[in-house]
Amino acid sequence: MPHPAAVADRPATRYQLARLIPDRWGIITLAVALFVATPLIAVATIAMTPAPDIWRHLYNTVLFGYVERTVMLIGGIGLGTFIIGTGTAWLVTMCRFPGRGLFNWALVLPLAVPTYILAFVFTDQLEYAGAVQGTLREIFGWRNRQDYWFPEIRSMGGAITVMTLVLYPYVYLLARAAFLEQSVCVLEVSRTLGKSAWQSFWNVALPLARPAIVVGMTLAMMEALNDFGTVDFFGVKTFTAGIYDVWLNMDNISGAAQLASVLMIFVVVLVVLERMARRGQRYHHTSSKIQALPSYRLRGIKAMLAAVFCALPILFGFVLPASVLVSYAVVFFDVTLQANYLTITLNSISLSLGAAVIAVAIGLLLAYGLRMGSGPLPRAAVRFASIGYAVPGAVLAIGVIVPMAGLDNSIDAFSERVFGVSTGLLFSGTVIAILYGYLARFLALSFGTIEAGLGKVSRNMDGAARTLGANPFQTMSRVHFPLLRTSLLTAGLLVFVDCMKELPITIILRPFGYDTLATFVFQYASDELFEESALGALTIVAAGLIPVVILALTTLRSRPGHAGGGHP
Amino acid sequence: MTSPMIPPAAAPTTMSRADGLHMLNVSHAFGDHTVVSGVSVFVNPGELVCLLGPSGCGKTTLLRLAAGLEDLQVGRITIGEDTVADGQGGAQMPPEKRNVGLMFQDFALFPHLTVYENIVFGLAEKDRTRREWARDTLTTMGLGDYADAFPHTLSGGQQQRVALLRALAPAPRVLLLDEPFSGLDVNRRAQIRQDTFQILSRSGIATLMVTHDPEEAMFMADRIMVMQHGRIVQSGTPVEIYFHPKTVFVAELFGPVNRLDCRVENGALVSALGRFPANGLAEGAEAQVLVRPEALNLSQPATADAGIPLTVVSARSLGRSTHLTLSLGDDDAGPLFNARMPGVFLPEIGSRVSARVAPEHLLIFPKSAP
Repeated sequence: MPHPAAVADRPATRYQLARLIPDRWGIITLAVALFVATPLIAVATIAMTPAPDIWRHLYNTVLFGYVERTVMLIGGIGLGTFIIGTGTAWLVTMCRFPGRGLFNWALVLPLAVPTYILAFVFTDQLEYAGAVQGTLREIFGWRNRQDYWFPEIRSMGGAITVMTLVLYPYVYLLARAAFLEQSVCVLEVSRTLGKSAWQSFWNVALPLARPAIVVGMTLAMMEALNDFGTVDFFGVKTFTAGIYDVWLNMDNISGAAQLASVLMIFVVVLVVLERMARRGQRYHHTSSKIQALPSYRLRGIKAMLAAVFCALPILFGFVLPASVLVSYAVVFFDVTLQANYLTITLNSISLSLGAAVIAVAIGLLLAYGLRMGSGPLPRAAVRFASIGYAVPGAVLAIGVIVPMAGLDNSIDAFSERVFGVSTGLLFSGTVIAILYGYLARFLALSFGTIEAGLGKVSRNMDGAARTLGANPFQTMSRVHFPLLRTSLLTAGLLVFVDCMKELPITIILRPFGYDTLATFVFQYASDELFEESALGALTIVAAGLIPVVILALTTLRSRPGHAGGGHP
Repeated sequence: MTSPMIPPAAAPTTMSRADGLHMLNVSHAFGDHTVVSGVSVFVNPGELVCLLGPSGCGKTTLLRLAAGLEDLQVGRITIGEDTVADGQGGAQMPPEKRNVGLMFQDFALFPHLTVYENIVFGLAEKDRTRREWARDTLTTMGLGDYADAFPHTLSGGQQQRVALLRALAPAPRVLLLDEPFSGLDVNRRAQIRQDTFQILSRSGIATLMVTHDPEEAMFMADRIMVMQHGRIVQSGTPVEIYFHPKTVFVAELFGPVNRLDCRVENGALVSALGRFPANGLAEGAEAQVLVRPEALNLSQPATADAGIPLTVVSARSLGRSTHLTLSLGDDDAGPLFNARMPGVFLPEIGSRVSARVAPEHLLIFPKSAP
């Protein structure tokens, strides 16, 4: 019989060691996570490296302007998405007015339109030569700019408006879910304690939904930071636009890298805010009892105002751009086809498909790695690698190009020395660089989806399969795969669509002369030929619609007994 | 549902091997936290043994070790003649090779498979006999109409039966049940427990069951092993465990008891409820005496020779029995006792009753010498 002390000690020491040294799965997980996180690490390293000359220059010239405009932009978008997202969410969940069933899902639609495409459409319509001002001039007989005042769309205000119109669904979806989850009892208690419906909203519903709303706002602001097309097109010099400018126009990569590292401060603040809010969400569940929601019936002018408030964002965020794009696409169909539309579409699809497959494969590997392996180190590495979703594409592009150029140069030097042949640049300036950038940015999408799917396969199901005679491989194929299939498809779809829409990473990392739909549309819009690329823009919006429609359908089903229709 | 009849084929063909489960000197730790230390469990062929203890006492870990879902760190596990796991550096047979049936607390049914597909998951494609058995048994258990249904459409009780059938289908050598009834709603539990008991006693498989519910253990088990802090504190038949608990912990598993602090004076234990035989305890020794509520025998009117007089503080009828709170003093200020009388016994609040305790129902635990 073993000595009692030995009984207690042996397992303990084994596990203590295991906690520090990851096992086989842990090492694989760690290695893959670090590979994906390399661009992030590269940017962080650059940020840590002192570059006093560049700093002095930036400090004296552009830095404060960038900070000021970036703060103003994301602040404005935060406020705008809060007002539209929370307001519409409250109206469709708690009130009854004409069209509510339609607004309930249609409010998600603008999510399908990339920020830069809405910017092009708005500019096209609202600039001096656009349809709106043209019509106004015709009606009132104005002859030129001096005769009337019209807001300039290519401005900070324009950028905030445009981005708010397509980013508010983040807040809408999360606020809506939070309102639906709130126990009606809490609201009823508030009413019985003498508060009006409006007071109940301000004093009970809104504070309870606050964490969800903050998460939605931070996501919208992360997207705003990522946007490059709008700010560049509108000439609003934010950090993202600045990085592109300093790098490609001034050919100053270290300056761009320093700007990227400053932009990371914004990202870190937003990520911390988001994490804190998500933690807060857990404490805000009041009761799990689901009842029919009260549904205040709105009448007359109130009902009309509610319907208009919900209709406007859908109109300007989706209906208007979609119809403008469709009409241009029809008119300029042949022109667009001649501009290599098919090749470019094929580029977009194959690139996005490749990124989706890679992201799903790596997401699957990491999700399994965390399930099988132990130790906090791989876990932390995976969490770090999935921060990419919050990091603007322009920053990630710098994080890709710097280590890749280093690798290329050392391979070239090695080959030159050993074989006497120069290899040139093997990776930078190829689609591999773009794919790497996509992976760094969108891994969180696929990993998160797959991890959630894998969470539904309980460990006891594994145990049941094993004790019933299935070996690990059979357990995988007979239990895991069928249960994960939907998650894998969803993950792939999400990554695919986001890659189709992606602009900043693609435009910075693309090989010379290589175009995707996004860069094609951006190029044409910048050359004042937006109409001729409308078919391309429409294709991007159509791709973006796929997940949005799925989302809208699940939104409809998300609450038993509250599917669109009215309630007694 | 009436008690289901299992077709004869339910008796596994391997029955003649009469396999038992032996876990010898097993210890296990997660990190620094030791959950099982030096436990030995023997389940003989055809026997049902219950591991009884509060949550977190290491019961489930023992089951997972027996099934091979955790690697054995210390000790040895044999099924029949085969050593399936050896903590002294020996081999660990993977779970799929052990032919052990394990039913999980959450049932762990596969959500993407129908009821029938769940049950035959562990059967070979060509195993016609067992597949037929699965169909027949589904029907006799009243689940015939649900064969093609998905698990989430079933009630808790139906899911439980599917999980049990799934574990039994491959004719395992040993059956392990992890809290098989805790996921069910209270009203249906007694009936399902009875059905399960019927199925298991017919199958004749060595069964190790884990539960925290003493009544469940009493009902199901041939033998109960009480676990506390990763150790076995007592092992015996249900009657032994109930009437002769070795520790206060075991005695209190079955519900609240009245505690009396006593001292041996003039050869007898002196307590608030009277004098009891000292049972060989030395003069002056202190002891704790436990009296179960049902061991207090009450009578009214109170007379001096009918026992110790107590004041009624409350009396609530529970139908089958009556629960009373009694005070040693004149009001509810004195030490309080709980009693449970069969049938309806509702003395007036504030009235006096006589209490007597049959000496054979006393549970006496000597206090360690000061």
